[in-house]
Amino acid sequence: MARPVEARPASVTSGGAIVLGHRRVYIVPSRLGLLFGAALLILLVGSINYALSLGFALTFLLAGMGIAGMVQTTRNLARLSVRSTRAEPVFAGEPARFRLALDNSADFDRPEILARHVASGVQSRVDVGANMAALADLPVPAERRGWQPLGRVMLETRFPLGLFRAWSYVQPDSRCMVYPRPESGALPPPAPSAQAGGARAHAQGSDDFSGLRAYQPSDSPRHVAWKSVARSDTQHSRSDDMLTKQFAGDAMAEMWLDLADLPASLGLEARLSRLTGWVLAAERSGAHYGLRLAGAQIAPSRGDAHRSACLEALALFEGQ
Amino acid sequence: MSSAQPMPPDQRPMEGRDLAMLAAGLAIVIAPHALRAPWWLTLLTAALIGWRVAALVNRSLLPSTGLLMAIVAVGMLGVWLEYRAIFGRTPGIMLLVMFGGLKMLESRNQRDAAALVFLTWFLAITNFVYTQSIPTALGMLAAVATSVAALVGLAAPRRALRANLRTAALLLGQAVPAALVLFLLFPRVQGPLWGLPQDAYSAMSGLSESMAPGSLSQLTLSDAIAFRVDFRGKLPPRRTLYWRGPVLWDFDGRTWRLGSPSFADLPEPRNGTRVEYSVLIEPHNRNWLFALEAAALLPPRSRYLDDGQIVALAPIRTRLRYDMVSLVEADPAAGRDERALNRALRLPPGFNPRAHALAESWRASSTTDLQVLARAIEHFRVERLQYTIEPRLLGRDSVDEFLFDSREGFCEHFSSAFVFLMRAAGVPARVVVGYQGGETNPVDGRFTVRQADAHAWAEVYLSGRGWIRVDPTVLSAPRRLDDGLARSVASEGALPLILRPEMAWLRSLRYNWEALTHQWNLLVLGYDPERQRELMSWLGMRDADWLELASTLLATLGAFVLLLFAWMLGRLVRPDPVQAAWRHFCRKLGARGVARAAHEGPRDYAERAARNLPSASEPIRRIAALYIALRYGPAGGASAQGESVVQLRRMIKELTFG
Repeated sequence: MARPVEARPASVTSGGAIVLGHRRVYIVPSRLGLLFGAALLILLVGSINYALSLGFALTFLLAGMGIAGMVQTTRNLARLSVRSTRAEPVFAGEPARFRLALDNSADFDRPEILARHVASGVQSRVDVGANMAALADLPVPAERRGWQPLGRVMLETRFPLGLFRAWSYVQPDSRCMVYPRPESGALPPPAPSAQAGGARAHAQGSDDFSGLRAYQPSDSPRHVAWKSVARSDTQHSRSDDMLTKQFAGDAMAEMWLDLADLPASLGLEARLSRLTGWVLAAERSGAHYGLRLAGAQIAPSRGDAHRSACLEALALFEGQ
Repeated sequence: MSSAQPMPPDQRPMEGRDLAMLAAGLAIVIAPHALRAPWWLTLLTAALIGWRVAALVNRSLLPSTGLLMAIVAVGMLGVWLEYRAIFGRTPGIMLLVMFGGLKMLESRNQRDAAALVFLTWFLAITNFVYTQSIPTALGMLAAVATSVAALVGLAAPRRALRANLRTAALLLGQAVPAALVLFLLFPRVQGPLWGLPQDAYSAMSGLSESMAPGSLSQLTLSDAIAFRVDFRGKLPPRRTLYWRGPVLWDFDGRTWRLGSPSFADLPEPRNGTRVEYSVLIEPHNRNWLFALEAAALLPPRSRYLDDGQIVALAPIRTRLRYDMVSLVEADPAAGRDERALNRALRLPPGFNPRAHALAESWRASSTTDLQVLARAIEHFRVERLQYTIEPRLLGRDSVDEFLFDSREGFCEHFSSAFVFLMRAAGVPARVVVGYQGGETNPVDGRFTVRQADAHAWAEVYLSGRGWIRVDPTVLSAPRRLDDGLARSVASEGALPLILRPEMAWLRSLRYNWEALTHQWNLLVLGYDPERQRELMSWLGMRDADWLELASTLLATLGAFVLLLFAWMLGRLVRPDPVQAAWRHFCRKLGARGVARAAHEGPRDYAERAARNLPSASEPIRRIAALYIALRYGPAGGASAQGESVVQLRRMIKELTFG
């Protein structure tokens, strides 16, 4: 994907931000700049031919403006500081939502900065105000499961005249977790496994009170711990302060999602995709589920952290 | 703040405000041409620009390609019909004007807009072909500034207009030093690089190679400047201020024309008062250089002709400065050239019988040429012919009608009649055209000679003495010499405004303006290879060739670019963003009268500021707390710290004092 990184590293500050030193900012005339040069040449020849002193003056004023434009184009990138923010995990097939924070500590604004992801060509245009930061979204296509590094990003600008193109490469230390693509229309998860008898006590039901957990919008109002709501400051009562009573019961059994249960003929990726779909379905159904991946296993549980752990294990699975 | 896949920059559609700016720039560069263009072309171009502006409101108005091509065809046909040419200078410029309007009309995206900006620059420079005056320069500067602002607008379409205008102004301001260096050091060559179109210099005014009744009086209606003179030392007496130009030998009954003089060595004038001066001559597209009688020095790249003309080797197409030495009231050179004298006696047969009769009566009653001359002078003095700028039109026998019927005329009538009479009486004579007099500009003390000072006089050959000047106009209207044209003509109605006596205030305004213009001409427009050599030797580089010039130029320019880089990027290096933000905060409070004392720590300072500025006490305390936490607190998570600095900066930026 990304081309090999240059040996010369970007200057990294203590904050993990990359500061574009002006020696790392490259600049060449754009196509418009070349036309500008040609136009200046015509103006110069006309001035010489007709001996127009003011023609010379005008031509040279424009040439000086070109020079000043070149310096300002460089300045638009120089000492811009680039940080990457955390990219949320995505499923393969979705874009990995990388996000760069461009931090401008200068007294002038830096408009029209184009951030282009080198490998995919995805780009985003941002204006960074004076003493401000701006975010550049880079929705990079993520096709393969596992950690996807951001790779090289080119920052480019043509401001203020469009006559020059200045650019610099950064390689922020940012990666995105890509879960396997969930198989759509997957088979329902296998029935709760009967052999896992010891785990019965943990199964969830609605018979015996077993503790409190954070309220979720789908919870029945009958299970909300209203007494604890009443105890908290009523003015700030919001749904995220509410708690839901949890009851242990054996109406729901735990289940094991096992790679080995799927026929090897499907191929590893298809099996991982199906397991991913099952994890999502199991989480939605509220069941306790565990994951077995050729030796490694995650004990049955439920909740966001568990789901993430399972999906991450599926994403990073290297094979038997 | 961001969009997923922007269009390539040059395909983006134009913003209305950039289009308006482009239209304004284009209008400025076209406006001076509009006065020169045929009316239909002006109208067409204005309509095209107006059409585009109207299409801003209603996009469906934009024309199809077919219609555009039809307009191009009609416009080119019109130009051809008007000028019978497409490639001459004027038709070429007129076509460019029309293409400006067309490009405006068909502009949709930013690439078109960039082309339009370049076209605006081309059109700006074509104005300088006609005039390089200060107002033109200012106008074109305004056009360039507008087009640069449009370029910035195209590069940053989402940025506020005011910010873009500031950027454009900054760019032009930073361009000035580089432009100055380039202007002074860019190796100048004497143009033209190739043959110019026939009509290239038709707009320049001045004396022509021939003189017919009415030609000079037409010229004297113009108060345009012919040349300026810097006398070293005292101004010579007015009666000697005859600026000699072309010498006319051949007469066909109506028109006097140049003879065929040959190159000669400058004769050594004898006696006379030495006058040293330099002349800054306006371009007149002819070869003559003007000098007082009798020239004792030849300017570089010029020749002396044996009838006393000084001609440059190339037509004067740019303002030119030359040093001159003259010996005024010197004895004429006594050389005798029979062929020339024969030519100076030739007259067309069958014209002006009454003048012939008069001349023959003088001849009959005289024994020497000198006596004939004395009779003629006497005749002009006694007859008191009327000197007027608007003489009656004359028929076939122009000399007869002037002398005996209308009895009024301008200097071309006087000189023509006098030379005719002398030739008819057998005395060799010729017409000399040039300027007589001039005036001193009281503001800068420079002597100015205008087209209105154009004059014609006679020279008569007396054997043993040589060619001597006779001014028949002065014989009849003696005040012409001392008071100039204004007081000596009978009617003032037709005089150039500037010469009328009641316009004193106008004249003083004019003097100031012309003094400024003179400096402009001398320093800016007159900067040529010659001046450049002088500058270089002043800088210590004698006889700098173009290679030395180019290397000096590149070195200076390189140094300038480095300085600009250092200045603009140096401002970016900040040791610590937290400290920088704090200093900004202190400056902001300082502007409100609460400056931080050197001994004050952040907590004390903020407390004092909060007390003094109660309306902002809350944010001041919060900012100070955050600063102290960032600066002296434990090193937190690196990215958390970065976020906090941005927050600190934002809080300081948003700090207001009610």
